[in-house]
Amino acid sequence: MAYARGGPPATVDEPAPPPDRPPAAVPAPARDSAPGRFARDRVLLLAMLPGLGLLLTFHYLPLLGNVIAFQDFQPYLGLGDSPWVGFANFRVLVEGDPLFLRALRNTVVIMLLQIGVVFTLPIALALLLDSLLSERLKRIVQTVLYLPHFLSWVIVVSIFNELLGGSGPVNTFLRRHDLATLDVIGNAAVFKELVTGQVLWKEAGWAMILFLAALSRIDPELYEASAVDGAGRMRQLWHVTFPGLRGVIVLLLILRLGDALTVGFEQIILQQQAVGLDASEVLDTYVYNNGIVMGDWGVSAAVGLVKGLVGVALVLGANKLAHVFGEAGLYRREAR
Amino acid sequence: MTPPPMPVRALKGVVLTVCCALVVVPFAGIVSTSLATREQIVRSGGFVIVPDEISFAAYRALFTGGVVPRAVAVSVLITLVGTALSLTTTTLLAYGLSRPGSLAHRPVLMLVVGALLFTPGIIPGYLTVSTLGLLDSYWSVILPAAVSAFNVVILRAFFMDIPAELVESARIDGAGDGQILTRIVLPLSKAVLSVIGLFYAVGYWNAFFTALLYLNDAAKWPIQLVLRTYVVNQQQLGVDQVGTAELPPQEALQMAILVVSIVPILLVYPFIQRHFTKGVLVGAVKG
Repeated sequence: MAYARGGPPATVDEPAPPPDRPPAAVPAPARDSAPGRFARDRVLLLAMLPGLGLLLTFHYLPLLGNVIAFQDFQPYLGLGDSPWVGFANFRVLVEGDPLFLRALRNTVVIMLLQIGVVFTLPIALALLLDSLLSERLKRIVQTVLYLPHFLSWVIVVSIFNELLGGSGPVNTFLRRHDLATLDVIGNAAVFKELVTGQVLWKEAGWAMILFLAALSRIDPELYEASAVDGAGRMRQLWHVTFPGLRGVIVLLLILRLGDALTVGFEQIILQQQAVGLDASEVLDTYVYNNGIVMGDWGVSAAVGLVKGLVGVALVLGANKLAHVFGEAGLYRREAR
Repeated sequence: MTPPPMPVRALKGVVLTVCCALVVVPFAGIVSTSLATREQIVRSGGFVIVPDEISFAAYRALFTGGVVPRAVAVSVLITLVGTALSLTTTTLLAYGLSRPGSLAHRPVLMLVVGALLFTPGIIPGYLTVSTLGLLDSYWSVILPAAVSAFNVVILRAFFMDIPAELVESARIDGAGDGQILTRIVLPLSKAVLSVIGLFYAVGYWNAFFTALLYLNDAAKWPIQLVLRTYVVNQQQLGVDQVGTAELPPQEALQMAILVVSIVPILLVYPFIQRHFTKGVLVGAVKG
């Protein structure tokens, strides 16, 4: 029953409960000493164990495995016997190894394309859909548009290859009508645009529903009041709709920033054979190709580690910035 | 709101129709091609929008034997076992964390939130799985993905919203924490649990990279790897890969594999859609 109080967690040296407290109807010990709390919460503690064990094993143990970034790791020697090399593996980053720079450049270009296109179009789509008057039509369009989110990248890439490939229906149609064919599949020159198009096809509908949810929370009275004050549609958009969307936009941008250096690993690895590494190597595929395929474990782990740290720094930094501008961001610091 | 002028409405209609067509037409084409006859596929340049005549030859060939039935069985196994494990561990962990003031809940919660921020890299993840001796075991695809910290956070928020009076009255009636979970909390959380379960299931069914990384033995490949080999990489399906000696057209076979990999998603989609519109997850994302 101590739970219902909702107070701060009890500590060992907290004074004993007031004597006027009603006698416990349950035999469960509600003592505030550590053994007492252990007895009281043993079921909860037991419940947490399996999930916690999995998180520790497959999430936190690998984080420790990052020490190989400081080793000349040899799989047959293992973590214990591989020689330590200090920061030698990080030289690739500092000295600008051309293969690393190529991966970095591709990553940044794809990221900018994706934030520019895949972030803005769903907002426009949500505004368009929100302005429809028929609820049924809204539901149908939503249902259709966010279906691709649930398809795997293998399926999405297959669909694109089949439709836009050299012998696909689009090019067959163009050829029969003596029009210029669309050379996008396996074409290194437009690979980044193709990748962005695929992300748009897969995720635009999904991103859209998050914005739609935010739009539906805007108080209709605000629109009515602004209309009474003589605001036209454009002014309503600017003064009512956008402020209502700002929170979600900031939240999604922060989340995206955390993954800023993660640009579609599965998606790209699937198509790398066809376009070559020059156009398609990004940081994640560099880590995979260089480390697991080529066996340069230490350097790859170093690149992966720095990439992870940059991601965390970006999220925390963006969140801080959001707080400065008075947005809630990812989390609000608890008022204490 | 007054309806906007006619040209605006027409323009909206056109834009939305085009958007929907971009999603629907590829699906229709894939299904149609998988059902089309050889003559029609040749005639239409490899992709059929509306089949003249329906032929199940490709499906018959795929399911008589060879790689596809095995891959489907593997994927179904991984999906069922994985989802069951994920739902159980996620629910228990979220429940264990849902009582403010309980012993050790704060440090554990920090670990869960920390797991959201710090994702292990590819190489350390691979080393962990190989050190544990899980390479080439189906567990390698299941265990690393079993607990999603994000789902734990969502579910915990949901559990904490359950009125404290309900829990209190059960406790007065003599229920322990275990009974409170099974008699009060779980029945009240069916909707959110089914959404989270479906998300896990879709994730396991779609698992591609973990399978590529950890399952080297081609006999253990799930459907996504088969799809990559024969559809994305265009490797020819021969008599060894299908059950019949008389081969249907490659295009039809490829499309049929694609359909097989999409159908389970289409089957669960209406359920996701139904519970999703209640705002279960959208609300949680913001909260």
